[in-house]
Amino acid sequence: MLGLNSKDFRLLLLVAALALLAPFILNPFPADSAMAQFNAGYPDLMQRFVIFGVFAIGFNILFGLTGYLSFGHAAFLGVGSYSAVWMFKLLSMNVIPAILLAVITAGLFALLIGYISLRRSGIYFAILTLAFAQMSYALAYSVLTPVTGGETGLQLALDDPRVLGAAQSAQGNIPVPGLFGLEMRDAAQLNLGDWVFTFSAGYYFSAVVMLIAFYLSIRIFRSPFGMMLRAVKSNQQRLNYTGLNARPYTLAAFVISGMYAGLAGGLMAAMDPLAGAERMFWTASGEVVLMAILGGVGTLIGPVLGAGLIKYMENIISKINADILHSWFAFLPDGLEDFIVSIMYPFIGKGWHLTLGIIFMAVVIFLPGGLVEGGQRIARLFRRRKSGEAAKDDDAKQSTVAE
Amino acid sequence: MSKSHLTRRGLLKTSAIAGAGVAMPTIFTASSASAFTNEPTGGTVTLGFNVPQTGPYADEGADELRAYELAVEHLNGGGDGGMMNTFSSDALQGNGILGKKVEYVTGDTQTKSDAARASAKSMIEKDGAIMITGGSSSGVAVAVQALCQEAGVIFMSGLTHSNDTTGKDKRANGFRHFFNSYMSGAALAPVLEANYGSDRKAYHLTADYNWGYTTEEAIVSSTEAMGWETVNTVKTPLTQTDFSSYIAPVLQSGADVLVLNHYGGNMVNSLTNAVQFGLRDKMVNGKQFEIVVPLYSRLMARGAGENVKGIFGSTNWHWSLQDEGSKAFVKSFGEKYGFPPSQAAHTCYVQTLLYADAVERAGSFQPCAVVEALEDFEFDGLGNGPTLYRAEDHQCFKDVLVVKGKENPQSEFDLLEIVEKTPVDQVTYAPDHPQFAGGSLGTCNNGG
Repeated sequence: MLGLNSKDFRLLLLVAALALLAPFILNPFPADSAMAQFNAGYPDLMQRFVIFGVFAIGFNILFGLTGYLSFGHAAFLGVGSYSAVWMFKLLSMNVIPAILLAVITAGLFALLIGYISLRRSGIYFAILTLAFAQMSYALAYSVLTPVTGGETGLQLALDDPRVLGAAQSAQGNIPVPGLFGLEMRDAAQLNLGDWVFTFSAGYYFSAVVMLIAFYLSIRIFRSPFGMMLRAVKSNQQRLNYTGLNARPYTLAAFVISGMYAGLAGGLMAAMDPLAGAERMFWTASGEVVLMAILGGVGTLIGPVLGAGLIKYMENIISKINADILHSWFAFLPDGLEDFIVSIMYPFIGKGWHLTLGIIFMAVVIFLPGGLVEGGQRIARLFRRRKSGEAAKDDDAKQSTVAE
Repeated sequence: MSKSHLTRRGLLKTSAIAGAGVAMPTIFTASSASAFTNEPTGGTVTLGFNVPQTGPYADEGADELRAYELAVEHLNGGGDGGMMNTFSSDALQGNGILGKKVEYVTGDTQTKSDAARASAKSMIEKDGAIMITGGSSSGVAVAVQALCQEAGVIFMSGLTHSNDTTGKDKRANGFRHFFNSYMSGAALAPVLEANYGSDRKAYHLTADYNWGYTTEEAIVSSTEAMGWETVNTVKTPLTQTDFSSYIAPVLQSGADVLVLNHYGGNMVNSLTNAVQFGLRDKMVNGKQFEIVVPLYSRLMARGAGENVKGIFGSTNWHWSLQDEGSKAFVKSFGEKYGFPPSQAAHTCYVQTLLYADAVERAGSFQPCAVVEALEDFEFDGLGNGPTLYRAEDHQCFKDVLVVKGKENPQSEFDLLEIVEKTPVDQVTYAPDHPQFAGGSLGTCNNGG
């Protein structure tokens, strides 16, 4: 269906179901319980999950298919954000033109950088993209301050023109990004017993965009074009000797991937109309590489899972402080409580990077295929138990399919 | 490998699914019925303390967090009450705020606007924080202030010195107790004139970001007004750690004063470099070469060590002040943590008390009522003498301290001595002063 084979279609349905039911899935604990600390079902974080999902899906089209490691992808995210905010400032608060412009400018920017950087491959390509991204960051941070707002970031103001919309809301405030009247920050709450579920308009908008992006990425993976990109990854020299010029293909992949990043940047600005230069910093570029590797490079759903895990750690683990630890272990005798808290303390709060690093190492060492490989192993374990040895051949065949 | 056989049944099924997906969000668009964002309904009220726990200003952030914990303890009736006893308003009873026990959540701004906004958003959306406070950089303060305006909660900024926070980027829901670049310039100029004369040539090294620009502008305009000449202004990247290449040209320029518009680690490094180059032993134009640091903090002075001796700068507050409020605060902070508080800790503590007091006086947590209670509020007893929260830009007006690196420090905390308390009249400016032009407060937002 939709031009997909049944397996891919089931995957798309699964992702769609996960995305639509996310407010329930991510809020498994009652609002007043001690475990509510681990609930991730609030609009801002859910939006981040899907937006960084889009970013990682796009990155995976380049890195997963062609094997070209871009270390400067955050530059396109930043360019997308800046374009979207400028659209909000100049045109109107509707998110559609903002996101369109974000995708287009990021695509043009990717064309420029890709055209230069793709003359080299491997480590030189990575360094070139890194250099361009750092250059964009430095420009946005200081020289281009009139365009980018510099360190403070680009923000909306009450005296922006907004030619197609109101410069001010009825209450005299800056209007909010919306989709034909539906404000992105609108949310409804559903109370079921002790559970509170929040349904945010902005989240569902991003989730629909993410589903479309995910669908496109499946189509690209399964297309002849995707096949050609895989050929570049497996042996570019052989491809050259057969008389094929690989550059147009890699450049196209680079631009598509840049446009995905621009889309993510535009969505970020639509959810929260501010664009800051640190979005383009090299750590932001490194983060998307981590997302792809953590989830599983070259698989369809892996990068989305990786993005979710990293954003969860950043927003949930980093907010646990020593007081919360003490309240968890308050039932233990004093000495033991302090001991356990002091052992756990380096891994929470500002130490969340350490926890992430440990998880990353564990995944790279034990699950080289990322979280997706972990899922496959568990699935295989269950299937083997069910149908015994007979299924073994079948599994071996399945695991070779990139997924 | 692409397949596409479009059937009627397939199309129907697909469009039904797509339709359901699109309709899903619109089912739930009815907003919840509370009068304003995060109205506290139970027996507790949650405040959000958003401070840098990692990154270049982590030291300041840690000290801010200590001050917040102390303030919460005092508001809930614990400890010795600190500055609540000396505060000119006696609305606070030590029974929480409006009888509700004060609880708090913490977050890490990482001194990045994006991270700070994400952290503040999670406090508002997940933890139900009714007020956000903290931060140790103007970029973060401006970004979070705009967020709080959109979300309809109050923002009480922490350490932010750029003019823009209450200038072109001011917001109705945001309030600043800390002083700003303009005030630094206005307070420093007379002291510099008295000590270094009125025919000096100044050379500026400026951190290449928003705060650096406004500080440079403020110092240049106030020193030029008293007759100094500005030889050159050079921007240095924020990430720079070695300033030797920027210091070398200073001597050739014929300047006899170096102004370092740097903060935090930047200032520690540039000042150390300048002193190592022997700038302060030079005689230029027949005058002793001098260095000026517009914004001083004790944590920076500690980083720069010996090098700060005799160097002028300005600060918002210093623990050696002898008024009743400062003494009470230093005493309760010192008893709890074992060392005196920094100016960042002071401003954060004061902001928390001011917010709590405004809620008590307004009789409601509703942001617009709190804004009304804070606007044009005059108070005393919080360490800076009589202070006014001006309604036009939500900036506090109070005396500014001019300090100098101490020649013979007694301890690692006793690094600065107060040279002069510049009275508030000298640092007051019109709300439409050119350095603060553009932008407007808008109207207060209750959210909901």
